[in-house]
Amino acid sequence: MSMDLTLAAPAEPAAPPAPPAPPAYRVERATRASRIGAAALGLATLALLAMPWWADRASIRSMGEILYVLALAQTWNLLAGYGGLISMGQQAFVGLGAYALVVFSLKLGLNVFLAIPLAGLTAALIAIPAATVVFRLRGAYFAVGTWVVAEVFRLLITNTMWLAGGNGLSVISALTGIPRWWRESAILWFAVVLGVGSTLGLYLVLRSRFGLALKAIRDSEAAAESVGVKVPALKWIVYVAAAFGCGAVGALAFITKLRVAPDAAFSLDWMTTMVFLVVIGGIGTIEGPLVGAAVFFGLRWLLADYGVVYMIVLGALATLVMLKMPEGLYGFLARCYRLDFFPVQRRLIPRDQGE
Amino acid sequence: MVDWINTVLQGLLLGGLYALFATGLSLSFGIMRLVNIAHGDMIVLAAYLAYAVVTHFGINPFVALLLIVPAMAAWGYVLQRVVLSRSLTGSILTPLMVTLGLSIITQNVLVSVFSADSRAIPAGGVETAAVPLGGGVTLGLYPLIVMATAIGVIVGLQLLLGRTELGRAFRATSDDQETAQLMGIDNRLLYGLAMAIAMGIVGLAGVYLGIRANFDPSAGPSHLIYAFEAVVIGGLGSLWGTLAGGMILGVSQSIGFRLDPGWGILASHLAFLAVLVLKPNGLFPRTRDR
Repeated sequence: MSMDLTLAAPAEPAAPPAPPAPPAYRVERATRASRIGAAALGLATLALLAMPWWADRASIRSMGEILYVLALAQTWNLLAGYGGLISMGQQAFVGLGAYALVVFSLKLGLNVFLAIPLAGLTAALIAIPAATVVFRLRGAYFAVGTWVVAEVFRLLITNTMWLAGGNGLSVISALTGIPRWWRESAILWFAVVLGVGSTLGLYLVLRSRFGLALKAIRDSEAAAESVGVKVPALKWIVYVAAAFGCGAVGALAFITKLRVAPDAAFSLDWMTTMVFLVVIGGIGTIEGPLVGAAVFFGLRWLLADYGVVYMIVLGALATLVMLKMPEGLYGFLARCYRLDFFPVQRRLIPRDQGE
Repeated sequence: MVDWINTVLQGLLLGGLYALFATGLSLSFGIMRLVNIAHGDMIVLAAYLAYAVVTHFGINPFVALLLIVPAMAAWGYVLQRVVLSRSLTGSILTPLMVTLGLSIITQNVLVSVFSADSRAIPAGGVETAAVPLGGGVTLGLYPLIVMATAIGVIVGLQLLLGRTELGRAFRATSDDQETAQLMGIDNRLLYGLAMAIAMGIVGLAGVYLGIRANFDPSAGPSHLIYAFEAVVIGGLGSLWGTLAGGMILGVSQSIGFRLDPGWGILASHLAFLAVLVLKPNGLFPRTRDR
């Protein structure tokens, strides 16, 4: 995309003052791929929401899991890919969300589905004091520091007898009374809201002024700060927002798993799963986690009978992608074929050169 | 009262094991700025290797060290030259993710070879022997050996870094990698050697861990966390600080454990967070994190 310099040629000195010329360019914010992408996303969302009327129960259940894992991946994508905050402790907020579900639904008797947004809020509220501690660390130290915080929450809950300590407890009693069709459909709809919502939310955020500032931070923290971006405040917002997403997913995930125990709720597997999705697909792109989810769940389906081999293959794939293709599978394809389904940049198109 | 003295002494000696966990991590971070997420899994890998050698050949685990330490050092060199060197691209994301992948691979390979059951290395009674100091105060013989080894390793590393040509090259690379390269230092070889030394210490730590406690393939990440905490509490680049960090973790863990068995590990994490809030650069910082 080259700018035509002749457009800026000086005007004739003797000419009368002309009315202000229209700008010699327009700002383009969509591509053909993006229009296809938006249409496809809209249709896919409708199809997903309608799944209870056309799909079998097993597929609905699997799709629910895919969608909430995608939501987790998008929160980490926002954190690490745009905020530069490489956290290894997001399982803290998944676990806190799961236990918020226990408190709101079992202990306080609220509807389990109402507990999902409340769990997100709880995780976000707890992220505020957690941020003041972990933000003292930078880079790789931040990564392990967040992990320590997750361990602290796991051990605190393991020692809380009111929440059944390390044994965990079942949330089945909070679900009795909701007909099965409604329960399974509502789980799917919440998963659609979280999975599609996080993807769309990230897209809209990145197109806003806030997103522009985030991308500036990603490219150079010092330069962003020098042009007036409030880097610490922005990182803080990103951290708290990601905690909200993880907390809501934690509650939803354990509505489907039915049993909440500290080791499962605060498992490092949540963290490695979101990292795999983002890294394999392409960090710092909206489409990356979608591709990552396809690879992750595709491999799991292929290697369903070989649990250990599946994990070894995933670990090897993540390592290889990171070394050979650090932009991820989608990043690589997008560069080769100039794809951009969710354009977040502003392109200047000179008027004369046209479409 | 005597019980409390024993508790604190036990904690201090436990710090020796944590310091052994941490020195390898401190070395690789200090020289290469590499935070190895697979560090704990490498400790567990060394413990399994020792377990296999000890049970198969029926030898003493301290003799097995002669085999495990060089093997782990060689593995560290190869790992650095083949995989890790490619990950040191300037962004911290790449080495973190590559070593996370390595961690997952190691854990699952260990599960498929040794199963998920927990193991311990038989050491023929040395792990339970006690040294009475009079007045009811006793020290475990084995923790004393671990502490002596940790001090020996730290003294050895100090001499290596401070008194030898190789040590000077390490320090130069740690301070300014590009200038060191201009002065004719071969980075790749040096990084390989640094990782070999770090992994040799990991071999030592793994065997000592396996004699002291049960281990299973998923135990690695918790050991990484202890190692990391000891390094951060001590302050970057300070090996004696790392030992002090290990001791702080050990003492808070044994005091917490004495108050309530569920609080032991929690107490050491809280001690770490307290140091972090009060002194973010650690107690004895020497190197600056760039």
